[in-house]
Amino acid sequence: MKKEDRLEATNPMEGFLRMDRIPHIWCPGCGIGTVVTSFAEALKKSKLDLDKVSVVSGIGCTGRVAGYVKLDSFHTTHGRAVPFATGLKLANPELKVIVFSGDGDIVGIGGNHFIHAARRNMDILIICVNNFNYAMTGGQVAATTPIDANASTAPYGNFEFPFSLPYLAEAAGATYVARWTALHLRRVTKSIQEALAKPGFSFIEVITPCVTLYARRNRLGDGLNLLRYYYDKSEIQHGADTRTLDISYQGKLIVGKFVDKEKPTFLDAMNQHMTKIFGDKYVRYGE
Amino acid sequence: MKADPKGVLTGSHYLDGDFAIAEGGLAAGCRFFAGYPITPSTETAERFAERIPSVGGIFIQMEDELGSIAAMIGASWGGKKPMTVTSGPGFSLMMENIGLACMMETPLVIANVQRGGPSTGLPTLTGQQDMMQARWGSHGDYEIIALSPDSPQECFDLTIEAFNLSEIYRVPVFVMTDECVGHMHEKVVIPPAEEIEIVERKWYEGPKEKYLPYKADKDGIPFMVKAGDGYLFHTTGLTHDERGYPVINAECQSQTVPRLSDKIKNNADKIIMIEEEEIDTAEVIVISYGITSRVAIRAVRLAREAGIKVGTLRLKTVWPFPEKRIKQLAKKIKAFVVPEINYGQVVLEVERCAAGKAPTFHVPHMGGWVHDPYDILKVIKEAVK
Repeated sequence: MKKEDRLEATNPMEGFLRMDRIPHIWCPGCGIGTVVTSFAEALKKSKLDLDKVSVVSGIGCTGRVAGYVKLDSFHTTHGRAVPFATGLKLANPELKVIVFSGDGDIVGIGGNHFIHAARRNMDILIICVNNFNYAMTGGQVAATTPIDANASTAPYGNFEFPFSLPYLAEAAGATYVARWTALHLRRVTKSIQEALAKPGFSFIEVITPCVTLYARRNRLGDGLNLLRYYYDKSEIQHGADTRTLDISYQGKLIVGKFVDKEKPTFLDAMNQHMTKIFGDKYVRYGE
Repeated sequence: MKADPKGVLTGSHYLDGDFAIAEGGLAAGCRFFAGYPITPSTETAERFAERIPSVGGIFIQMEDELGSIAAMIGASWGGKKPMTVTSGPGFSLMMENIGLACMMETPLVIANVQRGGPSTGLPTLTGQQDMMQARWGSHGDYEIIALSPDSPQECFDLTIEAFNLSEIYRVPVFVMTDECVGHMHEKVVIPPAEEIEIVERKWYEGPKEKYLPYKADKDGIPFMVKAGDGYLFHTTGLTHDERGYPVINAECQSQTVPRLSDKIKNNADKIIMIEEEEIDTAEVIVISYGITSRVAIRAVRLAREAGIKVGTLRLKTVWPFPEKRIKQLAKKIKAFVVPEINYGQVVLEVERCAAGKAPTFHVPHMGGWVHDPYDILKVIKEAVK
């Protein structure tokens, strides 16, 4: 076969990734790459102008996502991705702003920002990769670690009550809330697609395997074993009451889309309110 | 470039320093304010919130100061000129992301209406105890710019200057005022928009594929773009190369980090604003800034009446410090006297620059009130011996 006839093998995600930064730093068996694949796929299907899409990450394994996506992308400080995204979105409302970060970043150190952005119905999408521990620093206990699971700073097992992220998001005011696992590739893609098309504060939790730390410490096997756990124990319950979504150690995982409702975004509310007060004198912001 | 008239409240006003800071920001083109209430700075946020609907822009009260500064950095990359106002405890909370702003080279302005510390300290009473924190508060090596107004008029003028400097050098700029100046009502003259000089950000205009976010221009400062313009750039708080990509090694660190300081150091002569009086014949020079310089005037007059040759040097720019000038003066005079409302901060810089050529006398005040001019006078008399 002549050289020019040979099909050049290209990664179908190439258009969405900074190929000059590949290979990435994630461990074999890690689920973050899978979620990035779903994100790229959702972007492709969404037909959004990629020049107008920004990704903001905090710190941690998932915090590295901003460094790999070929978009305007910001790798910020630990816990502050959400307020950074808030400023970015408000400064330039034509942007679609996605916060892509981990559970420790978003609901641990950044928990206060998370609930307030949800309360304001800030028009941003949060993709929260939940691997049940602080992985970048070596597998410490997190606000999401199930009771009895072992972590390096909970060497006798965790006894603190963890957050149920969809419950927290809904209670704080999120208008779109879903939870999946890294096994539910197509459903994650679909959720991201839906959330991208929806104004307001959207929250998607994706439970992913952390093979190197969480699984090893808890003797749960490799990536495949964890996917097997997701397969065996996950149950799709769209519209489930978010008060019923607690995760116990190796217990049942209720997944699905739980919240999808309409509410004015921060900017809508601001513009509506100021127009009510000032009438035609007020120039609506960002429109 | 001239100021956008929408933000300029031209005329003579009777304003306090906090309000004047808000007006300075609006005149400078600030259209994004993210803040959190804290005494004695809150009036700036209130003024901005009141004015912004008619000017066009965003005021958002964040959940805390960590959120405020993060939102400002985001807004700056979204293309807006951002500002906030705070005081000691809030300033402390902002420190980590001040480092991020330095590392990402993000223009933004923070006014710190100082109160007595440490900790909650004296919420309603004055202090100048955050001067070293302004210089060194975040971890790692970097330089910032800090200005210190001594009147509501200067709160207005220097806030505009702060924005201009922050856009030129892509660095956080602090307006380090204090409770006295912040709550002092005086005449503030706001000139017509066409008389206010505004610096536009150093936007990149070359071909998109050639853009390197952290390639320094000849002046040591890289060109900037904003999100949404199609550059698909990356920026990070990690040590990074010219592409903005993280590179975690000693070599990249030594290539990237010195520039963050050098771009300020090498342009210090252009940045530094000082005001001198009767320096040439002086035996003793009183160095002060902010409210303390106004109190010092009384002491200086009394000293002159007593026949002592006293000159004054007022720091409108505190950081970068006017190192060269102090070194020069140290050779010619008997002593420096440095009153400030703290237990010894800027005096250490004076002492360092004087390098033993002239002794440096500190006049401390722990805050809550300004100096008694006679306390300053006493030290001047001692210094001249």
